[in-house]
Amino acid sequence: MHEARRDRTGEVTRKAVHGTARDRTREVAIVAFAQTDHRRRTDDLSEVEMLMPVLHDVLGTTGLKTADIGFTCSGSSDYLAGRAFSFTMALDGVGAHPPISESHVEMDGAWALYEAWVKLLTGETDTALVYAYGKSSPGEVRAVLTRQLDPYYLAPLWPDSVALAALQAQALIDAGDADEPTLAAVAARSRADAAANPHAQLSGPVPAGDHLVRPLRPGDCPPIGDGAAAVILAAGDRARELCERPAWIRGMDHRIEAHGLGVRDLTDSPSTRLAAERAGAFVPPVDLAELHAPFTSQEIVLRKALKLDGDVLVNPSGGALAANPLMAAGLIRLGEAAARIHRGASHRALAHATSGPCLQQNLVAVLEGEVSHG
Amino acid sequence: MPEVLTAPLVVEFPFTRSLGPVQSAFLTGLRERTVLGVRASDGRVVVPPTEYDPVTAAEIRELVEVGTAGTITTWAWNPAPRRGQPLTTPFAWVLVRLDGADTALLHALDAPGPDAVRTGMRVRIRWAAERTGAITDIACFEPGEEIREGDAPDEPNSAEPAAHSGEFPAPVTGITTPARLDYTYAPGRAQSRHLQALAERRITGERCPSCRKVYVPPRGACPTCGVATDTQVEVGPRGTVTTFCIVNITARHTANPDIDVPYVYAHIALDGADLALHGRIGGIPYDQVRMGLRVEPVWTEGGRFPDHYRPSGEPDADYDSYKELL
Repeated sequence: MHEARRDRTGEVTRKAVHGTARDRTREVAIVAFAQTDHRRRTDDLSEVEMLMPVLHDVLGTTGLKTADIGFTCSGSSDYLAGRAFSFTMALDGVGAHPPISESHVEMDGAWALYEAWVKLLTGETDTALVYAYGKSSPGEVRAVLTRQLDPYYLAPLWPDSVALAALQAQALIDAGDADEPTLAAVAARSRADAAANPHAQLSGPVPAGDHLVRPLRPGDCPPIGDGAAAVILAAGDRARELCERPAWIRGMDHRIEAHGLGVRDLTDSPSTRLAAERAGAFVPPVDLAELHAPFTSQEIVLRKALKLDGDVLVNPSGGALAANPLMAAGLIRLGEAAARIHRGASHRALAHATSGPCLQQNLVAVLEGEVSHG
Repeated sequence: MPEVLTAPLVVEFPFTRSLGPVQSAFLTGLRERTVLGVRASDGRVVVPPTEYDPVTAAEIRELVEVGTAGTITTWAWNPAPRRGQPLTTPFAWVLVRLDGADTALLHALDAPGPDAVRTGMRVRIRWAAERTGAITDIACFEPGEEIREGDAPDEPNSAEPAAHSGEFPAPVTGITTPARLDYTYAPGRAQSRHLQALAERRITGERCPSCRKVYVPPRGACPTCGVATDTQVEVGPRGTVTTFCIVNITARHTANPDIDVPYVYAHIALDGADLALHGRIGGIPYDQVRMGLRVEPVWTEGGRFPDHYRPSGEPDADYDSYKELL
């Protein structure tokens, strides 16, 4: 970043950061990923107790110790915990004394990863730890999520997260982009794929069930649960030292749409498409997409926005329909995509994260295995 | 494995917000049964109105009056209304494009069942009997007139909405929105064990397996080493005041209804602990509390935790014995 070029609107600074990204003077990769087994409840564990094994796991993969990490960034939400500054308690798990370089986003950890990526691109450090966690079990998550809505026109009506997703699903049905059997097929495929994911909360056949909010049935909606995830980022040769086949971040971008649902075309996700274009997701094409689509209808919107055809493997992890620990589920998409590259199961992958009602905010990253330059 | 402790936790707050000029005009208008929109830079009429253009982010102020009837652009049937929602009987969530508007407003539709609702359906506002200048002044929507033969469902009324000054007597300039969320708090393994020991009038900490420090109250992790603390250690019950403050503000809280000000709140290094905890000091005039004072916990009858700490009667501790724990 070039602080001296900052103007009053911040516009120049934003360009400077993106310029750095495009210059790609440094290459940054995801070198390790870990996650909890996602569970409906974890009453026996505090947030930091739930998180710590994941932190030890991801550090152990690379052989790094907390003192070796140059920058730490996390994502979580006070509204899930019902306590102010709840993230500070989790800092005990990363050894925050003596003081470390640390930051937090009150969002999904995918946005914490974005911040860490920018930090590494500046050259200030070579390694970063990104973690995210959420316990949905203490509260009523459908009520909790209403508090992220516009406080003047929406929040006083308490429209819950399932209701808003159902409005989007009906808009898709009216547009002829889906019908209830199409939605059910997305649920069935996700749960079937999740059978191979030991961390998933739900897998196997999807009971049809009555409408939760019509047209959505329980199988169209994500499970409510608790979980955490962590990744380690490293730059350049440091990444090659820490990982046999790093998942290089070739591009990453995030975009937001108008908060008024009635202003948007709910059957499309232009913010996802723009983020994907800026991240370089379309050329060359990807072979894998980990989409953060908590509702079946949202996968259909995202597939259309990203022009994903049958050649692209979508959510082999089972996706958010199999496990949706709030604030971690987006970071998990990046982690799952990176892990497949680490294993050689993917060459070039798209990872997507969302936040807010009806896909309001979207982040897209393009990850790639090593290729020869020249 | 100790019993998992849980307790109800209610977070409740009357969110009080001021309104900008456009929001103020819109919400005051609702009180007067008038719906206002705002014209965006591209000519579209945005309802509910925003103060900034959804596309360009330019400030917009040009108010227009739109109809109180409109067309459903999408809907979702809600068979089980939840607390705070507009209707207590099953209803449809609807996005409604009011006549003259180009965007849709979210609200509830009172309808007998999902078979009575469809996209393109005409609906009209049912006003709340008592209106204060809030989105809830619209009680809900109700089925409106049928579309006349030959009308396109998407364009039931193509008339240009009339300009409006946005001025009303006694404009609403703020809203207060009560919010309540209910949680069940579970403190986790380390704190549950600590709380259970306190109820037995024992104070326990946990030792870090790496740096050997004893933390009390334990949170399950060593903030220096980033590892789980797992060994239970009994500490205290006596300790030393390392630092303190004199509180002159009466805090209204169910846990301390009878505490008079001023009182002393102190950091107390319990014997055997490597971290000071905090507690109230009683049994001594507030202006005689000092660093190095030796204290012991006082449990009240039936109390699950020490109510306060009082002087133990021992000589004061040497500064060197607690200087690392300040």
